[in-house]
Amino acid sequence: MVENTTSGPKQPHSMKQTRSQRQAAKIIDATSMGWKLILFKIVVLGLLCATAVYAALVLFMNDRWLIGSLVVLGAVALTWIYLQRGALPAKYLAPGLVFLLIFQIFVVLYSGYVAFTNYGTGHNSTKEHAVHAIMLQTQDRVPDSPTYQLSVFEEAGELLTSDELYFAVTTADGTAMIGADEQPLEPLEGAVLDEGRVVAAEGYELLSFAELLNRQQEVTNLVVPISEDPNDGYLRTQDGQRAYQYTSRYEYDESADTMTNTETGEVYRDTGEGAFANESGEQLMPGWQINVGMDNFVRAVTEDSIRGPLIYVTLWTFAFAFLSVATTFILGLFLAVVFNDRRMKSRKYYRLVMILPYAFPGFLSALVWAGMMNQEFGFINNVLFGGAAIPWLTDPWLAKLSILIVNLWLGFPYMFLVCTGALQAIPEELSEAAQMDGAKPFQAFRSIKLPLLLTAIAPLLISSFAFNFNNFNLVYMLTGGGPRDVSAGVNVGSTDILISMVYKVAFVGSQADYGLASAFSILIFIIVGTISVIAFRKTKSFEELN
Amino acid sequence: MQDSQVSLRRPFRRWWRETGWRHLVGAAVVLFCVFPLVYVFSASLNPGGTLITANSLFSNFSLDSYIELFNRPQQPYAAWFLNTLFIGLSASAGSVLLGALAAYAFSRMRFTGRRFGLITLVLVQMFPQLLAMVAIFLLMLGIGEVFPAIGLNSQIGLIMVYLGGALGVNTYLMYGFFNTVPTSIDEAARIDGAGHARIFFTIILPLVSPILAVVALLSLVGTLSEFVIASVLLRDPERQTLAVGLYQFISQETSQNWSIFAAGAVLAAIIPVALFLLLQRYIVSGLVAGSVK
Repeated sequence: MVENTTSGPKQPHSMKQTRSQRQAAKIIDATSMGWKLILFKIVVLGLLCATAVYAALVLFMNDRWLIGSLVVLGAVALTWIYLQRGALPAKYLAPGLVFLLIFQIFVVLYSGYVAFTNYGTGHNSTKEHAVHAIMLQTQDRVPDSPTYQLSVFEEAGELLTSDELYFAVTTADGTAMIGADEQPLEPLEGAVLDEGRVVAAEGYELLSFAELLNRQQEVTNLVVPISEDPNDGYLRTQDGQRAYQYTSRYEYDESADTMTNTETGEVYRDTGEGAFANESGEQLMPGWQINVGMDNFVRAVTEDSIRGPLIYVTLWTFAFAFLSVATTFILGLFLAVVFNDRRMKSRKYYRLVMILPYAFPGFLSALVWAGMMNQEFGFINNVLFGGAAIPWLTDPWLAKLSILIVNLWLGFPYMFLVCTGALQAIPEELSEAAQMDGAKPFQAFRSIKLPLLLTAIAPLLISSFAFNFNNFNLVYMLTGGGPRDVSAGVNVGSTDILISMVYKVAFVGSQADYGLASAFSILIFIIVGTISVIAFRKTKSFEELN
Repeated sequence: MQDSQVSLRRPFRRWWRETGWRHLVGAAVVLFCVFPLVYVFSASLNPGGTLITANSLFSNFSLDSYIELFNRPQQPYAAWFLNTLFIGLSASAGSVLLGALAAYAFSRMRFTGRRFGLITLVLVQMFPQLLAMVAIFLLMLGIGEVFPAIGLNSQIGLIMVYLGGALGVNTYLMYGFFNTVPTSIDEAARIDGAGHARIFFTIILPLVSPILAVVALLSLVGTLSEFVIASVLLRDPERQTLAVGLYQFISQETSQNWSIFAAGAVLAAIIPVALFLLLQRYIVSGLVAGSVK
């Protein structure tokens, strides 16, 4: 970007200052800032750096080198920005930018990444974890295996310790070994043995009997691998005193990359779909996370059980957003015209009442309306329609109508307020002049005030459209997206809009499919992006920015 | 009553043609606006009431449901209320501060990338954070594995996510208002020896307080009703917000404890409604400047 040379507000910190001016500015800054502000700055930066160092240490200890380095880089950049003179815009922008970059820009890119994976229930970890998990699920105690004398430890010290538990055992030849969840047994240095049992160890603290009882659940759930090779089996305990060797029904062959069921002899192979599968296609769960390329997008457009609902939901999202804007705008404009008459008294009170639906939290309104529209017990059927059983929320078409009615209730006050504001900004003389020339009041309104009003309100209509396009709360709280479409391959109903479909695919029910949900998100990004670029082109908002 | 006085001075037909019918429209609108609110208020005063008994409006008048509301171990309403206030106030204060800092930079300084930054903010505004809810969930899951205090199921984490949306939503609105404050004020202060920080905090901020109030209020109300991200991130009932808690309340018990839900809804609505009514003048100006609830 080129240095801006337009005549906006004056340029207090442009590069074109003379040297003496810059010196003067420095002196002013230094004298006016005061020691309190400097102290504040040092304390805040100190805290920031301390947190960053701590975070980076923890991250490095967890082998997350990339993120750890980014934390360090970020902290260095922030310190540099605030410790030097100048770079004033950066000082004011940095706090907001940090959050914007992580929680708005990064997550969008991350959605893009997730959309190309099979991340979801049964596929949320690495292959190594999946092998372990399968073996853990299918364990039996090895018959006639030796009994290990067991002691349960936790890490000693205060700083940087987790509350993880460790199993310390002695092997047949008397060496002490220690291990924990996903940490295979390894020789324990500096162990003190008493009658073949480890009673003390450097860096670890023995759990007392009371603590053992207290954390019984954790102790009995702990499974410690005997060696790096998962086929060697695991140590488990029932009482915290003795441990036994358990092995899995499945055997993992690392070189052939197969899982074999030792009872039936059936072989499961890695078929490249993120899970082990046998010849008949039966998969061992859990699987692991892999990159599936365009698979999620391909599924969305080729699988009938997904494509159908997706097209339907997209069309309804557009229809819903458009009709919501249209109905609220028409009612809001009508009321604004009706109440925009100076001869009318007590307009103030009407306006006060009309703000109420807008002020009432949206999610509560939707829940209350859902109660009133209940088919059997609701107020509308029982009182207003004298006991009729109108399926307001359970019939596919009536549910759509109900959503529009409730959104009209929620949204018309906004349009009323905005239209009133815009109407009052249009000089009254214009329509008076038209009426002098013989135009009827409605004619004068339609051909003079309305066009002026529409130009003023167009940007607000666009943002209202964008808001309703993602009006999750209303749809989810009123109908839950239902009534459900049973023929669809994903959990989706006939009032679902795109955003509520994403939520349901990712978070509702027992089967989460983050990959597919992210692919849908990306689709919404593309739609919203296209609409806003067209809208901004039309309204030329970008040109006003300077 | 005022209307009848008017009709004494004007012939009835003329009064009807000029303003009378407008009052008729007004009455219909008032009815439409108010009846769900009256309904929920009446239901809250009917202890032990279900959906069906709530239909006879004001048949009972007792505050027992409000008391019962605070004595349900499964649904810790008091905790939800305080959580919502804490999260809402922190996020709103943070958003105002971050937004004001950025708006000041865009309005008063000229720097490389300024126009690009403004255009980016306008574009970012079109993409609400909830579009990326899956990624936000997975990010917080990852953060939680290393730093449980700010990861999944943490309110601090949720506030941080909300702050991520602060710049996109608020800066542009504030930027417009900052531009209406004449720069000659800054210059006068600078000549008198004030540094940039002093000018910002003691001179500019008081002058733009109307827009600060609007942004604070809108982001407070927005956070109070925010459901998607809060429901995805907060897992323990003790840590949830009103939106998440009340939704689960109603989906678990459907029509059985309608009166208690209604009491919860009335209490939850008091703060936002009161704020809206008190600050309505500011809000209307903010709305016309281009913000949606």
